[in-house]
Amino acid sequence: MDIQLVSALISGLGMGSMYGLMALGFYITYAVSGTVNFAQGSSMMLGAVLCFTFSQTLQWPLVPAVAMALLCCALYGLVVEFLAVRPFTRRGSDAWLMSTVALGIVLDNLVMHTFGREPRSLPSSLAITPLEVAGVNLAVYPLQLIIPVVGLSLALVLHWVARHTRWGTALLATEQNKDAARLMGIPIGRAIAGAFALSTLLAGVAGMLIAPLANVNSDMGTLFGLKAFSVAILGGITSPWGVVMAGLLFGVAESLITVTLGSGYTHIITFALVIVALALRPNGLFGRAAVKKV
Amino acid sequence: MLRAVKKWAALVLCLMAGGTLASEPVKIGLITALSGQSAQAGESITRGLQVAIDEINAAGGVLDGRPLMLVRRDDEANPAKGVVAARELIHKEKVAVLFGGLDTPVSMAIVPLVNQAKMPFVGPWAAGTPITKNGANPNFVFRVSAMDEIVDIAMVEYAQKNFGARKFGLMMVNNPWGESNQKGLVAALKDKGLEPAASEKFDGDQVDLVPQLTRLRDAGVDTICLVGNVGPSAQVVKSLRRMGWEVPVVSHWGPAGGRFTELAGPGSEEVHFIQTYSFFGEQSPVGEKVIAALKAKYPDISGPEDITPAVGVANAYDALHLAALAINEAGSTEGEAIREGFFKIKQYQGLIKNYQQPFSPEVHDALSADDYVWARFIDNRIVPVALSR
Repeated sequence: MDIQLVSALISGLGMGSMYGLMALGFYITYAVSGTVNFAQGSSMMLGAVLCFTFSQTLQWPLVPAVAMALLCCALYGLVVEFLAVRPFTRRGSDAWLMSTVALGIVLDNLVMHTFGREPRSLPSSLAITPLEVAGVNLAVYPLQLIIPVVGLSLALVLHWVARHTRWGTALLATEQNKDAARLMGIPIGRAIAGAFALSTLLAGVAGMLIAPLANVNSDMGTLFGLKAFSVAILGGITSPWGVVMAGLLFGVAESLITVTLGSGYTHIITFALVIVALALRPNGLFGRAAVKKV
Repeated sequence: MLRAVKKWAALVLCLMAGGTLASEPVKIGLITALSGQSAQAGESITRGLQVAIDEINAAGGVLDGRPLMLVRRDDEANPAKGVVAARELIHKEKVAVLFGGLDTPVSMAIVPLVNQAKMPFVGPWAAGTPITKNGANPNFVFRVSAMDEIVDIAMVEYAQKNFGARKFGLMMVNNPWGESNQKGLVAALKDKGLEPAASEKFDGDQVDLVPQLTRLRDAGVDTICLVGNVGPSAQVVKSLRRMGWEVPVVSHWGPAGGRFTELAGPGSEEVHFIQTYSFFGEQSPVGEKVIAALKAKYPDISGPEDITPAVGVANAYDALHLAALAINEAGSTEGEAIREGFFKIKQYQGLIKNYQQPFSPEVHDALSADDYVWARFIDNRIVPVALSR
């Protein structure tokens, strides 16, 4: 196989698992509460910016810097749920659609004023020397191989947690029947808040992983968030494996289209493919139709 | 009692009015980004203008003794805010000449307004070709800066001369700026009987540009022409390094707009880009004078490395001197007369060059390809290529 295709494939898998991670965030909150944080891109940006601030500006060692950044992301998830989702779902309103976007814009601008608009660089020892196989430069950094590994592992962990822990079972129960779950003594409110925290945390992980490959700035997440949402819908937002697979597909498609047809066509063809896929399978590639039992 | 006070007050007011008429300041307006990402660029334009204003005022001002006074407004890089600020400066502050900032879209939004209000508008930075070539008659817009169309020609010539470039690969950021330079570069290449070997676009926040660059390499490209802001330009350098492709990169001045060395890492010094002036190396007497004035006025400047971005300071300095000459030629602060005044300027020994008849009804850009300086980053400093070898 052509070496360029190999490198495009690896690069696409790396990008794809980023989309997958963020799309998983959409899946989790949607499964538990039927709502999503439309500004997942901002959560991703927050992860990258906080990681930069703790590790570069404040010169913390990497582990506490990452841990603290993730904690802050999770807290931000709670804020999103508390301020932008709960007040509206309580009243049966769909205004969370708009309020999550609005909160994301507020966050973007807050970061712009505090962090600055100037793009910064988050260095990583995993993004310095490109990988070589048998003396051939693959044009990918080790980090780009680690990203899909982290992405798939997190999906696996989530799957395991959902099936084998009390907390996971509670989430699944909430997903299946809110009222019954509440009657069984499951704290629905806390389960939903926890889902938002987890969702934002996943976006934060994506942001930190992507930061050494990209530039850190306040609007780095905008396009990402949009693509991740397309991926979530493409995968069928009801299936955790589906959204991750759709993420990988999307990333690889983008990369292969660019390398074969040229960058002028990337957005046109990938998004057109999304529309075609949804027209053929309205519930997403791996999703099931929601059945309303009466 | 009250009547007496009123009488005195009236008298004092009359005296004040009469007293200020002779030396009433001539206001110079500036609309640029003074906050956010481009704050430093806006500050550099301010400093260039202010140093020139101080010089002129120390020598007796313009129009037989009237001092110049700078009035600034922040456009926040937003065309709508720029237009509001322009209206205020033209109609309320009644400036004699208006200076623009670094964003082409903001200047493009102000251009129709100044042509309608007959207000001379001088661009010390924004390089968009249609700012001065705006089709208006009479055209009140002048520029002392690089211009995309000419930069594109200069990039092609520089690549041919210094890298023996024959197969050009274009890497253009996916926005109107990249689009307009793409056209300019294709035209510049056509004049040389060439066409691009390959041409690729990339988004500002794209993470991996290896696919695009691979296409350029496969097309046999021997030199890359790059147009993009500092972040995207850095992504190009990073992806080149990842591919292990060592290819000359000739760039518009995007990399000069931020922490290029930090963002791009090793390999950033290989990118050669356009500047209009450098305060490094041997300076003309005007250069010495400006550096000394900047050091004296601004405590954060201790040498040429602190005068940054250099293009903002240098372009603004020369542009203000030219505007002052135009006001003196006009003999008034009336817009149409000042516009004619620009055409009457015969000669001015400036910082960037010795201007000979810099403007005419056909030529509204004072700088040409010969006036550009090619530079690159050495550590965090922008150094002319000729001095860094």
